[in-house]
Amino acid sequence: MKLTLKIWRQPNPRAKGTFETYSLEDLNPAMSVPEMLDVLNEQLMAAGKTPIAFDSDCREGICGQCGFVINGDVHSPERGATTCQTHLRSFQSGDTLVLEPFRAKAFPIKKDLCVDRRALDRIIMKGGYISVQTGQAPEANSTRIPLEQAETAFEAAACIGCGACVATCKNASAALFTGAKISHLALLPQGEPEAAKRVQAMVAQMDVEGFGACSMTGACEVVCPQGVSIAHIVRMHAEFWKS
Amino acid sequence: MYKKITGTDAYQEPMLISPSAHFSMGGLWVDYELQSNLPGLFVLGEANFADHGANRLGANSLLQACVDGYFILPHTLMHYLAGETALGARKLAAEERLLQEARARIDLLQNIKGMRTADQFHRALGALLTQKCGLIRERGQLQEGLKEVKELQKSFYEDLFLPETGEGLHMELEKALRVEDYLELAQLIFTDALQREESCGAHFRVEYQTEQGEAARNDAEFQFVSAWESTSEGFQLHREALHFQYMQPQERSYQ
Repeated sequence: MKLTLKIWRQPNPRAKGTFETYSLEDLNPAMSVPEMLDVLNEQLMAAGKTPIAFDSDCREGICGQCGFVINGDVHSPERGATTCQTHLRSFQSGDTLVLEPFRAKAFPIKKDLCVDRRALDRIIMKGGYISVQTGQAPEANSTRIPLEQAETAFEAAACIGCGACVATCKNASAALFTGAKISHLALLPQGEPEAAKRVQAMVAQMDVEGFGACSMTGACEVVCPQGVSIAHIVRMHAEFWKS
Repeated sequence: MYKKITGTDAYQEPMLISPSAHFSMGGLWVDYELQSNLPGLFVLGEANFADHGANRLGANSLLQACVDGYFILPHTLMHYLAGETALGARKLAAEERLLQEARARIDLLQNIKGMRTADQFHRALGALLTQKCGLIRERGQLQEGLKEVKELQKSFYEDLFLPETGEGLHMELEKALRVEDYLELAQLIFTDALQREESCGAHFRVEYQTEQGEAARNDAEFQFVSAWESTSEGFQLHREALHFQYMQPQERSYQ
């Protein structure tokens, strides 16, 4: 199949970016989007041009490294998929794809399609951890957690930290990401000792990083490749008032 | 998940199944406290060699993440830190030297100015490992494969192409540095597969099989973990004996 690509090129964080157009032919519809960019980069390098910088690692949707915006869709036109889980069969031969990086004040562009998402790491560093138990390792059955609660915590823990929620939000809010992290630990007894301190510190760090406020549009839940529910944002608010 | 990857519905059409390389067995050597041979460098989860034996199955990564991260490291790391002074109190004498070494390594790759990209070397190496050191292994093929990896490594240093990218991020350099490591690791995988003259776990040598075609272990000679040390003369083998107290290893048979 044939595709025309309009890709955001920006050599460094300070430079002015622009879209450049490329044409690709003989593409296999079973290719993923990053694989398509590998092909394009080989061609660019063979022609002595600078390859396109983009992030990707596991290419099976579990690491959270990849992600850019395709024709206005964050990650993918498909629901519940990362960019690497998006295959060319989702498009028609002859289509034009506009690829641009995740855009948010807190995610400065490093180069081309790569953004700096360390702001999310710094939110985690403010409270995404639990106390260390000293002494012997605990007996696993001594901490009993109801199944439903464990499952809800697990749903929150499924967040891969890709930042799609921020990229799609009109306020560039990190509420779904932070809500998932807080919710995950708030639902488990291991997270109890620091619960109050955690929610205060992580919420404050969201503001420090320049993420916007949440106005509960629910757009984040729609693009989240793991389908993390906005119920976790509600739990974050509840935890915040409790603290 | 299958539908997401292949675009076909497994309830309607037969599934397409093929083996593919997912894990390499083994990892960095650690002691019982998960500390590597470098003092202060702890290695946990899938990066270490500790728990999975000769066949790394899907659930092993979860097991290692949970056991190492939740049960072992919080205890052993605290123990180590208790004996340390505050950060910054010690000046790392090696710091400057390491920085220079890293720069020299990058300069070396950037000055090759050849014709083949890091991806091309990576694909060639992948094909070589799959064909000659994959599911079914044979002495002649392994020896040939090892020779070919060495040749590939030689041509990597003669013919690597790195594009000019100006300042900032250089993804191709990052790839090239990884492929440089893979070329070395591949030689270790071949060396280890050659040394282990038995079949066990995911390591199947055609020379060592039962009449039914099952893996034939040789516990008398090979019931040990191969801990390879990288020395100036190449890889050096340290045998770590395995002791089985409550259950004895048995033959795996699908008959």
